[in-house]
Amino acid sequence: MSETQQPSKAVLLDIYRIATLIKRADDRFIELIKAGQIASPYYSPRGQELIPAAISVNLKASDYVVTTYRGIHDQLAKGIPLKPFVAELLGRATGTCKGKGGPMHVTHVASGLPVTTGIVGAGLPIANGLAWASQLKGTDQVTVVNFGDGASNIGAFHEALNLAAVWKLPVLFVCQNNGYAEHTKYEYGTGAATIADRAIGYGIPGVEVDGNDAVAMWQAASAAVARARAGEGPTLLEANTFRFRGHLMGDDSHYIAKDEMAAAIAADPLPRFRAWLIAQGHASDGQLSDIEATNAAAFEEAVEYALASPYPDVSELAKDVVAEGAQA
Amino acid sequence: MSTAAKKMNSAQAINLALHDAMALDESVVVLGEDIADREGGGVFKCTAGLSTKFGTGRVKSTPIAEQAIVGAAVGGALAGLRPVAEIMLMNFTTVAMDQIVNHAAKLRFMTGGQTHVPLVIRTTTGAGFGTGGQHADYLEAWFAHTAGLKVVAPATPADAYGLMLSCIFDDDPCIFIENLPLYFVPGEAPEPGVRVPIGKARIVQEGSDITLISYSKTLHDVIGVAKELAKEGIAAEVIDLRTISPLDMDTILASARKTGRVVVAHEAQVDFGVGAEISARLHKELFGQLKAPVARVGAARSPVPFSKPLEAAFVPTRERILAAIRETLN
Repeated sequence: MSETQQPSKAVLLDIYRIATLIKRADDRFIELIKAGQIASPYYSPRGQELIPAAISVNLKASDYVVTTYRGIHDQLAKGIPLKPFVAELLGRATGTCKGKGGPMHVTHVASGLPVTTGIVGAGLPIANGLAWASQLKGTDQVTVVNFGDGASNIGAFHEALNLAAVWKLPVLFVCQNNGYAEHTKYEYGTGAATIADRAIGYGIPGVEVDGNDAVAMWQAASAAVARARAGEGPTLLEANTFRFRGHLMGDDSHYIAKDEMAAAIAADPLPRFRAWLIAQGHASDGQLSDIEATNAAAFEEAVEYALASPYPDVSELAKDVVAEGAQA
Repeated sequence: MSTAAKKMNSAQAINLALHDAMALDESVVVLGEDIADREGGGVFKCTAGLSTKFGTGRVKSTPIAEQAIVGAAVGGALAGLRPVAEIMLMNFTTVAMDQIVNHAAKLRFMTGGQTHVPLVIRTTTGAGFGTGGQHADYLEAWFAHTAGLKVVAPATPADAYGLMLSCIFDDDPCIFIENLPLYFVPGEAPEPGVRVPIGKARIVQEGSDITLISYSKTLHDVIGVAKELAKEGIAAEVIDLRTISPLDMDTILASARKTGRVVVAHEAQVDFGVGAEISARLHKELFGQLKAPVARVGAARSPVPFSKPLEAAFVPTRERILAAIRETLN
């Protein structure tokens, strides 16, 4: 795929639709927590929306996405249905996991979201297994596994990249590098100049891209997806971005310099992308406002559905531990 | 010579079970360090011949990377495979505990039943070969303590074969504990295709005076002690647990009700171990009916030692098992 290939207008608008749906979900979820309607730990992906939005438009429904506790952007981008998604965030019986997963562990197998882990780095070895199954069955499925810059320092990252290289697995290792591993700034915790550089150690392509640039992100993702689908093996994709709302909700980002945060917020990728779409003539202000309004209405419907849904019965504690009928 | 009279050791029985399962169902795959024939078919030859017969797509040697091995097994299981991952030695499972405990064991529950993880982790262990402190631990209690895992520990070739088939075709993750010295001990060959159910203990011999509960290699010492007791006119009932979790409490309780005296012997540490769990359950169910407290015999409270006399004293010797029995009888 040539570097100069451009996403179509339809793809760009789809990326915008997905990214703004993620932002809407994040804003509303935080409002619900602040209003006391939900008590929950929450890891906001605000600022990182364009990465999964630009990847997902290259994926098929049957492709797998593995993500982490900071993962609602990845799940929404993969197309998780909103009502059971919000119900899961709220721990309701109608959630995708019957309320047993929660915000850190939302999965929806039917949407290609089989694993959302709360353990840093643990998704990478599992992604290899999903991809191994696709390889054995001879499907052209691709597995995308998302993780942060911090995860590139844990052993599982290195074991997984090496195995994927040796087995030539159809995996996209997507490092959403937001500059901070929990509270630790990149250079205080990571020896490599870039995460992408680490790919050299495994003999696979390592690609660094501006994750806040929808077009660049789409180009990098489509090349890596095409490579995996063609059976040419894995790619490590480092998407540089920024995390606006701390590690965990309630964290005031005191460890981030004020001017660094101010500059990042001033460069918020969503308004920038919006202005660019209009300036390039891809959409009018009104069209984009319509997309935002449609997102907001759909999400609000899901919130109402979730709030009206029951909590799981305590008998659920004894279910799904092992297969039904088997002794746990 | 009839099939039933044929002899086979546990390594051969496991190998046969893997062959049979792979022939039966193409979703069965095997992975681990050095397991393909190019690398020798496994350091203990349990996977010998599999890659030649079924191909290196389904039988994959891996780097020395236990997290990657178990992670690939978990992902494969989520995507419809039935992986059998070999973790060469049980101590090496510690390197993969996150994948086993946080993922394999929990994903069925955490996804609300959307997924399940039908994998087997084969691993071997046991003192006796001078492998020292990091190659011979029995860690079954750790796994049995985790909801969502099944833990089996066969003591005979036929049970190794039959339990392996059951574990492979079970829809939940199973920890399959093999014993290194037992690999080389011949026993009755399994009947082809006959599965031993998970969660069912076996009464090795009936008796009315005392119940002796064991599994894996220690079972053979317990059987030896029971034979000695018989010469004194003491009839011991010997139970081979075969499965550690879920525990076959029906069999254990029925025997304990009959004899009123129970000794549990295993090669793992005594403290916080399988014997403690059995003892607690028996005292809860039969408090006042037991004629003596449930006794436990296990390894010494130390890491597995190297030096021969230390290693011999470390394991639950027949002398220590016998002493616990005499104390329980009196």
